[in-house]
Amino acid sequence: MPVADPESDRSATAEAVPAPSRRTFIATATAVSGAVVAGGLATAPAALGATEAVAAEGPPAGTISLTINGARHTATVDNRVSLLDLLREHLDLTGSKKGCNAGACGACTVLVDGHRVNSCLTLAVRLDDAEVTTIEGLADGDHLHPLQQAFIDQDAYQCGFCTSGQIMSGVGCIKEGRTRTPDEIREWMSGNLCRCGCYVKIVRAVEQATGQK
Amino acid sequence: MSQPQAAVGASVARVDARLRVTGKAKYAGDNNPDGVVHAVIVDSRIGLGHITGVDAVAALAQPGVLTVISHLNAPKLPPVQSNGYPPGTPLRAFQDDKVRFFGQPVAVVVATTLEVAQHAASLVQVSYDAERPSTDLSAAPPADNPETYARGDADRALGSADVKLDLTFQMARQHHNAMEPAGIVARWDGDKLTIWEKSQAVQYSGFSMAAEFGIPPENVHVISPVIGGAFGNAFRTWVHSVIAAIAARQVERPVKLVLTRKQLYFGIGYRPAYSYGLRMGSDRRGHLTAAVHDVNSETSAYETHLEDTLVPGRMLYSTPNVKQTHRSVPLDVNTPTWMRGPGYSTGAYPLESAMDELAHELGIDPIELRLRNEPADDQSNGLPFSTRRLRECYTTGAREFGWKRRNLRPGSTRDGDWYVGMGMAAGVYDTQRAASQASVRLNVDGTALVQSGTSDMGPGTATSMTQVAADALGLTMRRVIFRLGDSTMPPAAGHFGSQTMASVGSAVQDGCDKLRKEAIALAVKDEDSALHGADPAHVEVRGGRLYVTGDPARGETYQRLLSRNKRAYLEVLGSWAPPEGAARYSLYAYAATFAEVAVHARLGLVRVRRMLGVYDAGRIISPALADSQALGAMIGGLGAALLEHTVTDHRDGRIVNANLADYLVPSHADIPDIRAVYLADGEDLVADPIGVKGLAEIVCIGVTPAISNAVFNATGRRIRQLPITPELLL
Repeated sequence: MPVADPESDRSATAEAVPAPSRRTFIATATAVSGAVVAGGLATAPAALGATEAVAAEGPPAGTISLTINGARHTATVDNRVSLLDLLREHLDLTGSKKGCNAGACGACTVLVDGHRVNSCLTLAVRLDDAEVTTIEGLADGDHLHPLQQAFIDQDAYQCGFCTSGQIMSGVGCIKEGRTRTPDEIREWMSGNLCRCGCYVKIVRAVEQATGQK
Repeated sequence: MSQPQAAVGASVARVDARLRVTGKAKYAGDNNPDGVVHAVIVDSRIGLGHITGVDAVAALAQPGVLTVISHLNAPKLPPVQSNGYPPGTPLRAFQDDKVRFFGQPVAVVVATTLEVAQHAASLVQVSYDAERPSTDLSAAPPADNPETYARGDADRALGSADVKLDLTFQMARQHHNAMEPAGIVARWDGDKLTIWEKSQAVQYSGFSMAAEFGIPPENVHVISPVIGGAFGNAFRTWVHSVIAAIAARQVERPVKLVLTRKQLYFGIGYRPAYSYGLRMGSDRRGHLTAAVHDVNSETSAYETHLEDTLVPGRMLYSTPNVKQTHRSVPLDVNTPTWMRGPGYSTGAYPLESAMDELAHELGIDPIELRLRNEPADDQSNGLPFSTRRLRECYTTGAREFGWKRRNLRPGSTRDGDWYVGMGMAAGVYDTQRAASQASVRLNVDGTALVQSGTSDMGPGTATSMTQVAADALGLTMRRVIFRLGDSTMPPAAGHFGSQTMASVGSAVQDGCDKLRKEAIALAVKDEDSALHGADPAHVEVRGGRLYVTGDPARGETYQRLLSRNKRAYLEVLGSWAPPEGAARYSLYAYAATFAEVAVHARLGLVRVRRMLGVYDAGRIISPALADSQALGAMIGGLGAALLEHTVTDHRDGRIVNANLADYLVPSHADIPDIRAVYLADGEDLVADPIGVKGLAEIVCIGVTPAISNAVFNATGRRIRQLPITPELLL
């Protein structure tokens, strides 16, 4: 994430911060090293471009190399970073949504090695060599995926916040062959909540796209 | 001259559909301005009392932590007044040591990464002097000054009624649980504040935030072009937004703060729990003679949220004698707020359940009973109805749903292990409107830009406004861009109360009409125009071409007209406001909802098999979008009827099911065959110039009683409590 300027940041809260000690020195040093999380990523926004530093005293981190929407990324990530937060906060791929951060709503659904997963429950550090597809990588340039087009045709969303997850889950569902009947679609799409209540039309959209790709 | 109607009334794809299906729409928390850092709130672990200490040493020692703010070091904010709703003393950000409810923000941690902020928040040690909170609606006394209403002598009429019902209903608290959690990114530039915030009323958000910091409203720029559902929870400026702005000022960096799903249960309001006593009397033929409503609903100890729960019981049926009392019960909880169909959806449940009970008691079909009590005018004020086509809703619904197949004897239709039954209920919601403006610019290239500071939490505001604008300007929809969700745009009605289409739509219509007339005036005065000398009243525009009505060859395009006159664009400000002064009509939308349920004989499970909603909701601008809203509202009502309730541990006031795994909302597998029908030719020109009544609320009102009445028809069991969970049927 963004590079901290420990000195100026700290000065803003001087009264709440204890006097410098070895502990706080490590803290400031690792605040910089935290930037490694984003610094190594090819598509990191310019503002996040950071000094590479060795995280000697930082939080436990791991280096991974993975493919996201066809682009190869190598990154050193804080072991606590979920795939969802890696995408959203470090790669600015904000199409995947955080609805509950607990695997209950499905708004964060992406494909990992072709399988649908809740990215909020998946630690990024275990995805070395993985191939990830997010909503941003689904269309072929300007040519929408049949399920994206079906969502438009069927008016299968209202607020759109669950839509990325519904579509990614639908793509997985179709691939799994769980779309033979509307009832089967309903059962196998039930991990994706829609609070606007677009279920009837989401099922129609999945039906429409089934067999098209 | 009226314009040809092409876009309005057509089922069109949403204008922003591509953005939404490709993940490119930027919701509040998707904004990552340069240098953004993350804030995580520390919640109170007690339900009432005082903070005696905040130990942030361990949190501050975490690498990447920038600051920890609590009432001990937060800036002193200027006093603010309640602006009328809700009355009381608003919760402020870290201004004192008092804890008013479980989960109240007591500190915030700001760090360079979300992971660090989350972990550090868990390390902040807060000590308390705890008291036992009062959080149980059934065990706490109501406040003074109830809302009351009376006509006739209800007690006397009830005493002498042939048939009497004395019923008490309990309705659980419900949370909006919009898919998008409340969130904000706040950035200061000197004394100017920019917020990317989930907001149903951008101008109002700006005013509220400015008041919190004592800065001029024009110093706050609110950006909220996309909202991931809200249902009423995103029009107030909740305290977390102020906290984010405090944090951003302190660390001198943009701060992103998104509430966790758990925090949404005590951070942004909810539909309050109710206890609703209803005594009703009728004669032998089912004509209502009296109704007495005794209503209690929860509110916080610091603010009073009261909603229009009593209205349906006052005007839906002909009832000569009515007495109503609505008391708020202050509890040590956060303040409730509006949630889709506020008041009305709650009030419709006991009323429509009682009508079903009365029908059963008298052996009359529930629809026939309602028809016998259909009033000639609004008995609460004596006003005529602008339009009221509830009878048609009943008859259309009965026909489309196959109501005549309903078994009159409850508990007598079996399908294997399941009891099957049908129920119906009526609904009503008032047609709200408020002053709105929209700017309209027609460019020399023949495109138009229409802007208004309204919002879109899901209904497709930009799409329906584009439809209105396209027809009024005589352009195809592709040539019109509608923008919303920015406080620098012309002010608009808040995006709630189903008032957006009527209010903003009328302003858009006004602006586009004015602009079209300005272009026509320019043409008829222009000697070089084919329209020179034509009667402006006989010029219309279609596909961007102005022509004489009945003589389409005589005309020219907007582009030619503007370029020849060396005008880069024409621009006007459209506006509309509902008429002032005493109302002359009673303005409401109406609904009839039908449900068929199956109840498992041994497990008590209730499965909705079919639903149908039929609506008298005014003119329908965008049929496909209106259909989606209605289906979604019925699904929301299904949740309220069968699934949704908040469970509070009254020992400390914590909500124990504050997550989407334990607070159940409807999922794909719960949703059967659902249909919606809007009565054709429904325009209500008394309400507003475009004949719209508003959809979002009416489509959800009457769903819960339709389902509970179906449960009775299936089982013969009356459950006067929502939600109807399986254990209640065992």
